[in-house]
Amino acid sequence: MVPLWMYLIVAAIVFCIGVYGVLSRRNAVAILMSVELMLSSVNINLIAFWRYTAPENMAGQVFAAFVFVIAAAEAAVGLAIIISIYRNRRSVIVEDVNLLRG
Amino acid sequence: MDINALLNDPNFLPWLIPVGPLLAFFIISLLTSRSKMTPATSAAYGGHHPDYDGMDVPIVTDRSRVVSIIVGMSGALSAWILSLRVVFEALAVQDFGKNVLASSLDWMDTGLTAFRMGVLVDPLTVIMLIMVPLAVTMIFIYSIGYMANDPRQARFFALISLFAGAMLTLVVADNLLLLFFGWEVMGVCSYLLIGFWFEKKSAYNAAIKAFTTTRVADVIMLLGIAYLFFSTGTLNFRDIMYNPMPGQDMAAHVEETGDHSAETAVAEGGAVVVEGEAAAAEGDHSETAAAEGEYGSEAHVITWAAHLGETPAIFFGGISAAGLIGIFLIIGTIGKSAQFPLHVWLPDAMEGPTPVSAMIHAAAMVSAGVYAVLRMYPVFEAGGHPHDGVFTSPLMLMAVVGSVTALFAATIAVAQNDVKKVLAYSTISQLGFMVAALGIGGFVAAAFHLITHAFFKALLFMASGAVIHGMEHGEHHVHAHGHSHGHDDGHAPAALPQGAGGGPLDPRLELAMDHGHGSADHGGHDAHGHALVTTHAAHDDHAEDHGHAFDPQDMMNMGGLRKTMPVTFITFLIGGMSLAGLPLITAGFWSKDEIIAEAWLGTTKGFGPHALVLICLSLAAFMTAFYTMRQLGLTFWGDNRTEEAAHANLGRGIVSVAMTLPLIILSFFAIVAGFVGVLPDFPILGGIFTPGKVAPFGALVEKALVNPVPHLSFNIIPVLISFTVALGGLFLGWLMYWRKPLTAGQKDPMITILGDSVHTTLKNKYYFDELYIMVFVKPSQWFAKNVSYEFLDKGLIDGFLHLVAAVFTFIGDLLKVLNLWLIDGVSDGIPTLIARSGKWFRGTQTGRIQQYMLFVLIAALVIGVIFAVTTGVLQAAP
Repeated sequence: MVPLWMYLIVAAIVFCIGVYGVLSRRNAVAILMSVELMLSSVNINLIAFWRYTAPENMAGQVFAAFVFVIAAAEAAVGLAIIISIYRNRRSVIVEDVNLLRG
Repeated sequence: MDINALLNDPNFLPWLIPVGPLLAFFIISLLTSRSKMTPATSAAYGGHHPDYDGMDVPIVTDRSRVVSIIVGMSGALSAWILSLRVVFEALAVQDFGKNVLASSLDWMDTGLTAFRMGVLVDPLTVIMLIMVPLAVTMIFIYSIGYMANDPRQARFFALISLFAGAMLTLVVADNLLLLFFGWEVMGVCSYLLIGFWFEKKSAYNAAIKAFTTTRVADVIMLLGIAYLFFSTGTLNFRDIMYNPMPGQDMAAHVEETGDHSAETAVAEGGAVVVEGEAAAAEGDHSETAAAEGEYGSEAHVITWAAHLGETPAIFFGGISAAGLIGIFLIIGTIGKSAQFPLHVWLPDAMEGPTPVSAMIHAAAMVSAGVYAVLRMYPVFEAGGHPHDGVFTSPLMLMAVVGSVTALFAATIAVAQNDVKKVLAYSTISQLGFMVAALGIGGFVAAAFHLITHAFFKALLFMASGAVIHGMEHGEHHVHAHGHSHGHDDGHAPAALPQGAGGGPLDPRLELAMDHGHGSADHGGHDAHGHALVTTHAAHDDHAEDHGHAFDPQDMMNMGGLRKTMPVTFITFLIGGMSLAGLPLITAGFWSKDEIIAEAWLGTTKGFGPHALVLICLSLAAFMTAFYTMRQLGLTFWGDNRTEEAAHANLGRGIVSVAMTLPLIILSFFAIVAGFVGVLPDFPILGGIFTPGKVAPFGALVEKALVNPVPHLSFNIIPVLISFTVALGGLFLGWLMYWRKPLTAGQKDPMITILGDSVHTTLKNKYYFDELYIMVFVKPSQWFAKNVSYEFLDKGLIDGFLHLVAAVFTFIGDLLKVLNLWLIDGVSDGIPTLIARSGKWFRGTQTGRIQQYMLFVLIAALVIGVIFAVTTGVLQAAP
């Protein structure tokens, strides 16, 4: 079998790419995509641990399913928000949405 | 206390005598304050004053006038009636003089003893009680007429009631302090009354002058009183001058007998009277005899006064304590009775209404001065025996001052043209007579002259007031009926009334205004802008012709008044003759003769002061007769010198009756009052008037003294002197002013006789006023302005206050800066700090989501690391 740590490394790398994307992308949709990447990496982590430590317990799969669903919902909501912002601002550049600055 | 018993107790009655007028004062003051505000230019406000134009001035309502008259007269009448009752009771006392009516109460506790004040009726008081209330009542009646149209009549009656009350208090007082109270209250009243017409500058100046001059003397008198109290521990007249001195042990004696426990006879119902000393005296005599061993060798009782006469004074070793006290007290009289050198206030006091002059200068105030020295005579005499030529310092002082004053004032009176000024100087002169008489030991003579003088002088003043009143009537008459105003006579003295013309003036209104024009005559005085009676200053068609206004008091404007004012003429004549001392039929002759007789007696024995008194007083008497005749001649004889004099009369009606009735009554006394003092060995008349061994007056008065006074016997020479001077003076006056009476514009023959310079000096009163102004008034004013005002008040006191203010202002500024920097700094700094830090922190809120995410990530990493390290999870992993 493939050792666990390989899966964890992969998840970590994907996570970091996701974080990098969130922090540095200008386009809001790209940020959302990066967030999806992060969520996916978390999923990989979850499944890897489930498969390698307690495969008979369904909790792991269920947890991952939850994450999928939430990711999807969240993407929908996020896109809705972006569309709403685009309608107001004609732009999806996240830097431009800084009305809450102090 | 049983009121009936009290009222029947003759010891208690004297308390009530001053009560009437004093109560009248209070009631009038409280009840008659109603006045109508009238424009100052109206005719009712007769004394037109330019400062009040356009203002309203209060004029007393008619109802207040009536109330004041009624209450005032009731007060005076009550005093008179009570005095008569007291006099009768007193004269009925057995051995009056040794036994007196007295009543006193504890006034102030002084430790073991108490200072008592009360009333005393001894022979001296009796004669004053005969004279004073009578004169006062006459003056009140006269005032009803005189002040009938004055805008402040009620105030006048209040003030003269107070005055009368104070005088009566002084007369019945039994101690020197109460006498002094009355004295001072009279001083205040003199100020208020002399300055009654206070719109006139000369009037209020005269009032201040009177008050301050007498006050100077009063301060010294108070020193004398204090010294007396300090030496003897009492101020009671009987204790000091009549009762034997308590023995060595003062305290014990005072408790047993020395104070008037025996004299306080209040409340023994009804019985005739108290004695006081009869029992106590026996006891004391024996005690003092034992203690001092002198009594019994001579008839003189050792009183406090006698003792003080032997004690040396504190400060001045040369004279006795009694001498020093006496000198101080006499200085008080010098001020109050206007002797040289404090005489300057009396002529100026003529600015007051004539009833005031009569009261102050005849019946009351100046008499109070002489009464005080009569009272304290034993103190002055102590240590000396004037009838034997041993003079004490006070007696010398009195003799010298009295004679100098008598002569000095008589010379001035000769050159005066104002009818009241002549009488003023005459008063000063006659008071000099009294003081000089007392100085040579003539106690009875001085008292006699005091009484007769009061009568005829009051008469003369009131008659002169009637004359002035008549002249003002004439002046107004001349205005109103547009007579030709003597433009054409071209005579300087016939000055024109100022501001004539206009509509008809109400005749009533001008009548009673005596504005006391205050200057003796016309010669070179400045115009009285507002001094005139008339209120119509609008038209001065006549005023520009002459620089001065018409002075109704100037005798040069009078003449021939006997035709229009006969009653005034007769009474003035009687009073004048009495003043001059017309032999035998006037009261003045008898009293003056007695003084001259005393002086003659001493001169024959070779005593210096007697001789001085004799010479000065004889000369003064001569001049008195002369200037009296001059005054009568100028005023009444001959023909009218001015138009105003031609119309001078008192009119008919209540005013003229009120003014002439007192004159008639007093002229009766001016003739008759002398007959009580005729010496028993006087040829013919002595037998008629004096059945006993001593004249009734003298017999009464000498009982006031504890040591017997030698009696005068008849001597032809002083009588001849009196005859000569009186008749001589009268004849000379007749010669110069009656045989060929002065016509209008004619110069006074005195000017030619005396020479211009002498006459002017006399007319200007020897320039004493100018001297005093230069020596006292101007320096005082300089001092007041420069030292008191500039230096002390503005410089020191205000300076100190400014300094304090500056210091506190400085401290305030300091605190302000402190406040600003420290407190404001802190309380503004903290919010600023917070704001700035807040602003700085705000920097983290960029609004950029990615930034927030970064922070979250970093925070999560940090927490993760900390978590891993602290819980040791990392180590646990295999």
